[in-house]
Amino acid sequence: MVAKFDLNDDGVVVIVGSGAGGGVLANELAQKGVKVVSIEAGGRYLPDDYINDEWASFQQLAWTDMRTTSGNWRVAQDFPNLPTWIVKAVGGTSIHWAGASLRFQDHEWKARTTYGNIPDANLLDWPIDSAEMAPWYDKAEAKLGVTRTGGREGLPGNNNFKVFEAGARAIGYEDVSTGHMGINSAEYDGRMSCQQTGFCFQGCKWGAKWSAAYTDVPRGEETGNLEVRSGCFALRIEHDDAGRVTGVVYLDAEGKQQRQKAKLVSVACNSIESPRLLLNSASSMFPDGLANSSGQVGRNYMRHTTGSVYAVFDKPVRMWRGTTMAGYIGDERRNDPSRGFVGGFEFETLSLGLPFMAAFLDPGAWGREFTSALDGYENMAGLWIVGEDMPRETNRVTLNPDVKDANGLPVPNVHFDDHPNDEAMRDYAYGKGAELYRAAGATRIFPTPPYPSTHNLGTNRMSENPRDGVVNRYGQSHDIPNLFVSDGSQFTTGAAENPTLTIVALAIRQADHIAGELSKGNI
Amino acid sequence: MAKDPALRGLTRRALLGRAAMASAALAIGAGFVAAPDAAWALELENIRPETMATLIQMARDIYPHDRVADSFYAVAVKGYDTPEDAPAIEAGIAALNAAAQGAGFDDYLSVGWESDRVAILRTQEASPFFQTIRGGLVTGLYNQKEIWPIFGYQGESYSQGGYLHRGFDDINWL
Ligand SMILES: Cc1cc2nc3c(=O)[nH]c(=O)nc-3n(C[C@H](O)[C@H](O)[C@H](O)COP(=O)(O)OP(=O)(O)OC[C@H]3O[C@@H](n4cnc5c(N)ncnc54)[C@H](O)[C@@H]3O)c2cc1C
Ligand code: SF4
Repeated sequence: MVAKFDLNDDGVVVIVGSGAGGGVLANELAQKGVKVVSIEAGGRYLPDDYINDEWASFQQLAWTDMRTTSGNWRVAQDFPNLPTWIVKAVGGTSIHWAGASLRFQDHEWKARTTYGNIPDANLLDWPIDSAEMAPWYDKAEAKLGVTRTGGREGLPGNNNFKVFEAGARAIGYEDVSTGHMGINSAEYDGRMSCQQTGFCFQGCKWGAKWSAAYTDVPRGEETGNLEVRSGCFALRIEHDDAGRVTGVVYLDAEGKQQRQKAKLVSVACNSIESPRLLLNSASSMFPDGLANSSGQVGRNYMRHTTGSVYAVFDKPVRMWRGTTMAGYIGDERRNDPSRGFVGGFEFETLSLGLPFMAAFLDPGAWGREFTSALDGYENMAGLWIVGEDMPRETNRVTLNPDVKDANGLPVPNVHFDDHPNDEAMRDYAYGKGAELYRAAGATRIFPTPPYPSTHNLGTNRMSENPRDGVVNRYGQSHDIPNLFVSDGSQFTTGAAENPTLTIVALAIRQADHIAGELSKGNI
Repeated sequence: MAKDPALRGLTRRALLGRAAMASAALAIGAGFVAAPDAAWALELENIRPETMATLIQMARDIYPHDRVADSFYAVAVKGYDTPEDAPAIEAGIAALNAAAQGAGFDDYLSVGWESDRVAILRTQEASPFFQTIRGGLVTGLYNQKEIWPIFGYQGESYSQGGYLHRGFDDINWL
């Protein structure tokens, strides 16, 4: 039943990227009878293929094409050519994601209004709000099977959670649980429940965690309206003299250049490659790249204010056993500038296996201070800080004119400077995280710097006014009516919550909008 | 013990007979380094045995784990024994020995205390050689599955059904 569309069929919607945003959009459109071609750079991997081994899984699935970095963020120093942790595969980063699925808080849709004019930040209110998004969040939570929503039970707490919970209660936190997770606590939607395997970051071999790779993508294909072309790398988007996009030029799995015609194109390549594709599509009509009359394409790159706290105890914890991120503290997610920063953050449990711990605990460190920490690995507990960071015009993805990829295209450079608000939040969170573990009996504590970015946001942001951003309230570009953005790059601001639930909710809403507009002949 | 093909089974007698010099840590002979008791040996084609013995000591001093045997450090660096890499390794270790001499020792291997060796390493920290060796060890050492049990890490769990019935929440001291 899998569809096969002609390269010259200009009646199809072409979606570039098949991850949390693109994979969901493709399925939702296909379910509504819209013909879709999905162009995906990566290959197809299913739960049987996933590997319970950190580096082997990373080599199998991660995006390792050349990138460069600049700015004062520590990632540029520790991982100069690996600014992000993103998956290149059908289903995208929803294969490696951990499942934490939280709705934005009301005030986070109105960051500019709530936080005011923060110097050196480019804050803006979203053109949409909680009330508008509520029904779409309901659908997204049902799709992902999010625990503690829709009558679904929470996950049981593992060892890492129990230490985290004990410390949290001891220092007075109250909003503490195993969180809202896109991981089945009981059989749901034809997928089994979590077996506490502990390799959520490497792809769930049981299929207990939601991923577009084995839900939305195959379901879309079953309709006969979706063709997924894996191993196909989009090079540029083309347009006609009227300034409407006409198709996508890509390299197929054999390395041959192809041109798929389209009546509508959606970009869903995650927040580094999406702006890169728009910038690489520059033409004489659009010399600064597509959809870029505002000059905001690639700007306002956000990655959440992150960091980890690991702690060693006098007795074993064995944090690697069980769900990687099923632990949540919400007490710090409010906006309370008396803490010394605007916006808020969550604490979530986090565990790394020994190989990744060696790479990420304190990159570059050596000698006994470092190795004695690893000697305590069995007795270690860990948490992750995820908070709202400030969008800045100067934090941006640009084309690096000096470095070309295998296809001769300039690679993306990712520039990021921590904003003073980000630094104040991180320092405060390190302090509270240390306090928490000390209260649980920790003998040694490690404030661990951010990893390559897993949450990549904001580089084609949504705005009411075309002057301020790249896309409108539906992710439709302000400049080109049949060009859409469908991934986390549309985020106007990052909020404190892990982004995927919101990416999925926006994609479901966008599918509804696109299908409606197409049937009315408006696009 | 060493299952790695590069750590080959020269016979114990042959090894000890051929060993020209035994430092505190390793036996060094023509074309090989070996454990002093010949439990394992690493045959070399491009790097001088003295150089490899120094490199193994350097690897341990960068990431010292007293419960991790030399053979694992040897496995982590044996990949440099190629015609392409050998010149840079020889030059880097020569610089390290020069730094040791500058600090009043005969060479790096003859420095008795770890703290003195670390002080010498600190002087080399910014060099591309040091950074290459250190960076390579992060995966070369810690990604050897055989050392994981020393740290208590259990690795792959899917084939055993995960930890749902194997102690995901068995902590009992809180
Ligand atoms: C380890 C890890 C843990 C995470 N945990 C969580 C969590 O707990 N909760 C949460 O909310 N989020 C989490 N995330 C983040 C989450 O995975 C991402 O936010 C989400 O997947 C982003 O969706 P996307 O559609 O924007 O991009 P992706 O899912 O990354 O999809 C983009 C796709 O586009 C493809 N592509 C890119 N360029 C091209 C091109 N030129 N041509 C063709 N195809 C292209 C890529 O191969 C990829 O498949 C985690 C991420 C990681 C890495
Ligand atoms: S812990 Fe649960 S969700 Fe995570 S990989 Fe294992 S079974 Fe899947």
